[in-house]
Amino acid sequence: MPKSILVVEDEPNIVLSLQFLMKKEGFDVRVAQDGEQAIAEVESLAPDLILLDVMIPKRDGFDVCQTIRANPAWSHVHIIMLTAKGRDIDREKGIALGANDYVTKPFSTRELIVKVRQVLNGGG
Amino acid sequence: MTDGPAAMPGWLIVTASFGYLTLLFAIAYYGDRRAERGRSLISNPTIYALSIAVYCTAWTFYGSVGRAANTGLGFLPIYLGPTLAFALGWLVLRKILRISKTHRITTIADFISSRYGKSHLLGGLVSIIAVIGIMPYISLQLKAVSTSFTVLVSYPETEPLLATDVPLLGDTALWVAALMALFAILFGTRHIDASEHHEGMVVAIAFESLVKLLAFGSVGVFVTFGLFNGFGDIFARAEQLPDLAPLLSFEAAGADWLPLTVLAMFVVFCLPRQFHVTIVENVKESHLNKAIWQFPLYLLLINLFVLPVALGGLLLFPEGSVDADTFVLALPLAHEQPALALFAFIGGLSAATGMVIVETVALTTMVCNDLIMPLLLKFAWLQLAERRDLSGLLLGIRRVAIVFIMLIGYLYFRLIGETYALVSIGLMSFAAAAQFGPAMLAAIYWRSATRRGAIAGISAGFVMWTYTLLLPSFAQSGWLPLSFVTDGPFGFALLQPQALLGMTGLSPVPHALFWSLIANFGALVAVSLADTPSTIERIQATLFVEANRHRGAAAARLGTLPGRVPVSKLIAMSERFLGRERTGEVLGEYARNANVDVSKMPFATGELVQYVERRLSGAIGSASARVMIASTVQGAGVSLDQIMQILDETSQVLEYSRQLEQKSKQLENVTTELKAANEQLREVDRLKDDLMSTVTHELRTPLTSIRSFSEILHDSPDLDINERQHFLSIIIRESERLTRLINQVLDLTKIETGKMKWQMSDVDLADVIEHSLTSLSQLFEEKRITIERRIQPGVPTVRADRDQMIQLVINLLSNAQKFVPAGWGRIVVSYQQTGDGVRVSVADNGPGIPEAEQTAIFEKFHQVRAGNTGNPGGSGLGLAICRGIVEHLGGRIWVESTPGEGSTFIFTVPFAMAETASDTIATGSADGEATAARPSVA
Repeated sequence: MPKSILVVEDEPNIVLSLQFLMKKEGFDVRVAQDGEQAIAEVESLAPDLILLDVMIPKRDGFDVCQTIRANPAWSHVHIIMLTAKGRDIDREKGIALGANDYVTKPFSTRELIVKVRQVLNGGG
Repeated sequence: MTDGPAAMPGWLIVTASFGYLTLLFAIAYYGDRRAERGRSLISNPTIYALSIAVYCTAWTFYGSVGRAANTGLGFLPIYLGPTLAFALGWLVLRKILRISKTHRITTIADFISSRYGKSHLLGGLVSIIAVIGIMPYISLQLKAVSTSFTVLVSYPETEPLLATDVPLLGDTALWVAALMALFAILFGTRHIDASEHHEGMVVAIAFESLVKLLAFGSVGVFVTFGLFNGFGDIFARAEQLPDLAPLLSFEAAGADWLPLTVLAMFVVFCLPRQFHVTIVENVKESHLNKAIWQFPLYLLLINLFVLPVALGGLLLFPEGSVDADTFVLALPLAHEQPALALFAFIGGLSAATGMVIVETVALTTMVCNDLIMPLLLKFAWLQLAERRDLSGLLLGIRRVAIVFIMLIGYLYFRLIGETYALVSIGLMSFAAAAQFGPAMLAAIYWRSATRRGAIAGISAGFVMWTYTLLLPSFAQSGWLPLSFVTDGPFGFALLQPQALLGMTGLSPVPHALFWSLIANFGALVAVSLADTPSTIERIQATLFVEANRHRGAAAARLGTLPGRVPVSKLIAMSERFLGRERTGEVLGEYARNANVDVSKMPFATGELVQYVERRLSGAIGSASARVMIASTVQGAGVSLDQIMQILDETSQVLEYSRQLEQKSKQLENVTTELKAANEQLREVDRLKDDLMSTVTHELRTPLTSIRSFSEILHDSPDLDINERQHFLSIIIRESERLTRLINQVLDLTKIETGKMKWQMSDVDLADVIEHSLTSLSQLFEEKRITIERRIQPGVPTVRADRDQMIQLVINLLSNAQKFVPAGWGRIVVSYQQTGDGVRVSVADNGPGIPEAEQTAIFEKFHQVRAGNTGNPGGSGLGLAICRGIVEHLGGRIWVESTPGEGSTFIFTVPFAMAETASDTIATGSADGEATAARPSVA
């Protein structure tokens, strides 16, 4: 059964590219455009991995990450944070909140795929 | 020798006079226009020095020669005094200047009243004395104009006509007075804040100083080198005549020399008009540095030819055939030089008008702020309280007062002026003004001088002046029996007004000066020593006497009223006197300087209260301002006594070890400055960091799409053609978005840092709207959006940058099209003229903007991300740029919206501001002077 990925991102073009890339790798892809929708998606069916943008409407990426980590039932969900904020402090914050990895925009598509695979494999 | 010349036709003189006055109006108008555009003419030390030369009146012009003809060098003290005062007393002047600037002093009455505890009584007293004392001086100027006119018309009939023989409406003096009043109203009452500069008036006065110098100099050169062979020739010929020889020594000047010099030293800063031009109209303290030699130089130049002209007149005219006061006109006329005589007449006219205009403006401000305002506040408090905006009323009062003062001056001239020689009237006014001298000096050098002391001193001096000078002048005019002067009242010889206690040997003015100043100083010192000053007096005394120490922020902290003042009350009160717009400007200025948001403060800081009080002082005088401010205070905080205690303690410590204090203060200053600089840097750093991070974020977003799709296209050669096309179009769109964003960031930075180059021209906004609609028409068609125009025809153009206006309108339109519902979008563009500008609005039928967001959307990078609309795809800079453009033009932009019912973006551009928003390249570097150049309300 293919691994499932939830893309949480509000920029339609970035969503499109991530969707394309992940589908091409054979993953099952769902999309959420804001923080609330993201939580709702996780609640309905927890994905294996979330590509989570930080700057999204309603509840930001940090908030979503924290919420998911607070629920032991979702401990298996991997999270890679995406952000256009390049500051170290943001990266540290993401890792501290329980993200598995952190990718700065604009990213190399190949590296992103490598990271996704690593995280999914490393987590079992 | 005198049969040749004929009288000059009256119409020629009248035409020349009115032509000259018209020129004066034009100069003043030009000066004001320049000031409005921020290119001040008076920010120039030489113009400042020339304006101080308003000291030389018609009295100098005609009377100096008359006095020299009688007393030789006796005319000099009147000019020696100011020269000494400027050369030796510039520290005194500088101190007065600094104090007046800090406290926004408007007149000498305001200065004295403010120093002595902001006393209404004292301010009123000084105003009344000034009006009574100076009125004869104003009449004197009118008399000079009238007499010189008569001389020109009737020469060689030198017997001056009595003014009362002339029919009222045919009297030149009346028309000249009326024109002067008009000038004073137009250029002297433009702002409600009397401590602001009257640039046009000052420029005109400086011009007049040049004219009178040239005119007098021309006559002097003509007499000295045309009629005689130079200075040596005149003096040599005069020395041979027994009558004239004494005039060349100090003999004729006699014992009056010293007292008159002292008198003139006092009046050069006590005459209301001198105080006005030297202190109130001063733009920069540094201008004083040049004026201290330029003004004495002017006096030297204008006096160079006084003695030669006087001696020349005495040599050429048979004994007593021509009044020496008219030599300046009679000499050219007698030698068939009518043009020169006419020029001399214009010179005298300019000397007279300059004096009358400035004196009237100064007196009017006094009468309005220190007499009428306090009375209105006291007696008509209830009615006043109901009126919201009083700034119009204040200006109205000043204008009426100008007409009133001019009228009294004219009546005085018709009734009494004819019986006295020019010099006596002038000196009488001088002696009256000198009564302010002791209180002024004590104000800045003697801390223990009190309010009661000052009142006693000025009153005693004024009583003595009245008794020894005014009453005798009434006696000579026949209003009192002459025996009053010759034998003393009721025959008491010791009380003879001009030989008090048997003091003879001094002429009337020095005699009066001696007694009045003794009484004045004596009462001031005696009463002050016996008196206990109130707290407010002690605070003001400290602030004035130690002005050099308590400057700036320190002074602002002291003298603050105790208790709390709600900002809303403060604003409401200020609006009543300064008007709404001016209050907005004042608060804005304060907010910028102090870097605070006034609207968020519930209670005003002491500094803000002080700031508003000073501005108010400029409009209604310091004493009234204090009363008004006090009315807004709630509760009690620090008491005045506590403030005084702090002040006293610091003063004591300072006096114990001044050196130590100075050093530590320097150190402290440096430390504070460093700290502030550091703090500022950190703040700038933080803001920059925030902005950088936001900008980076906004740049990275399109870049992410571009990079991802490029790599996808690169790594997936087998993509089908449609998908490839789709991805490529995304790359193109995102590249465009990136370019747009970069341009907008640059634009906004330029606007914010004032580096934007504005191509200002007269722009028809209807045309701009049409242009913008056309360039977006295809987009509207694609999205099937209905456009409705509500354009008012014939609206005048505004000064603006056309391209920027197009960008502004396009921004608003494309914003609107983004949010309208697909398929039935509708945008309404309206354009109309409002009272003082134009108004453009763009309404859409989109989802609307929640109230909480309505201000924030104009901030940089703020986007409304309503739940289901997702990212609207803008940069978040468009509206910030719109706001930058509109605010540069002095307009306002805002949004009105009810969620669910669409939004309307509205902006205004004013006509007035658009005119003064000069076509300069750089803006935004607003410093103090730029703000002063703004057009004032009212």
